[in-house]
Amino acid sequence: MPALQRKKRSMPQVNSASTADMAFILLIFFLTATSMGTDKGLARQLPPPVPDEFKNQDTNVKKRNVLNILINSQNQVSCQGEILDLKLLRKKTKEFIENKNDDMDMPQKVILKDLPFLGNVMATKNHVVSLQSDRGTQYEVYIKVQNEIVAAYNELRNEFSLANFNKPYEELDEERQKVVRAVYPQKISEAEPRTYGGTK
Amino acid sequence: MGKFAKKDRSIPELNTSSLPDLIFTTLFFFMVITTMRETEVFVEVHVPAATELVKLEKKTLVSAIYIGKPNRSMRARFGTESRIQMNDKLQEVSEISRFIAAEKAALSEKDQPLMTVSLRVDKNTKMGIVTDVKAALREALALKINYSAAKRENLFE
Repeated sequence: MPALQRKKRSMPQVNSASTADMAFILLIFFLTATSMGTDKGLARQLPPPVPDEFKNQDTNVKKRNVLNILINSQNQVSCQGEILDLKLLRKKTKEFIENKNDDMDMPQKVILKDLPFLGNVMATKNHVVSLQSDRGTQYEVYIKVQNEIVAAYNELRNEFSLANFNKPYEELDEERQKVVRAVYPQKISEAEPRTYGGTK
Repeated sequence: MGKFAKKDRSIPELNTSSLPDLIFTTLFFFMVITTMRETEVFVEVHVPAATELVKLEKKTLVSAIYIGKPNRSMRARFGTESRIQMNDKLQEVSEISRFIAAEKAALSEKDQPLMTVSLRVDKNTKMGIVTDVKAALREALALKINYSAAKRENLFE
């Protein structure tokens, strides 16, 4: 009887032992051909090029509204004419932009009218932080100074938003952020470098 | 007789049928979180550290300019002075406007004003060459720039 039993006719299975190897090869390809890590950096907006006929005109900015930061070829930082330690730059910039006591030699406070949520606010709308470097300045120092200035703005915005909206700036919605930005607009002028004592 | 046949005592084989699935999962993970490497960099770039960083949003809108000293394989041809790299070549400042025009043309009209130039500059570079590049970018109307930097919690330590 067993001899006459019908033979089983199942399909032979595809050998899948090599799928793992194939997947490995793909994996290794992607590991080598791609890179992780997103790009980060300090974002900045350059001013549009100046037409020739305006080139030699000084723009009319009041002296008290300008914070002059210079970096020389020896990587020394000076702020309003005196040499300053980089660690103190953030505080100095903040004091300048905020102008708490309405000093005469700090930027003029202007009334910003009818801001949404807040009404009228006094702010130093016309201030400019002017950053000037030498051709021999090291890039690392330049970035550090830029970083300190941006940090000063970020701290001011944060303080303002905590005082008025009880939330850090990052957590505000788009419209409120816009208001904070209007009170503390980032005004950094990166002037063309001069050669101060470059070749000694 | 059959009853007393010796039992097979070899260790059972490990079941590997799920191994491909495991590897596929890791593969998809890497495919999702990584991006294609764009160019080979011929200059040595160690970006400076900073704390107040902003993420570069859309990769397609970003064009990179590298500035630094030529690396070992390029030193024989280009010397040790800081050079500018755009695309796959070391180039001159005068060629920036052409580079920017080409990069802009590759974007759709709507995206063109959003184009960002990422400046990946070595931290020991002198500002002179950086300023030349910035002036050229201004002329070429590529006004959104980003100084590439590495994240650091505290700069003064």
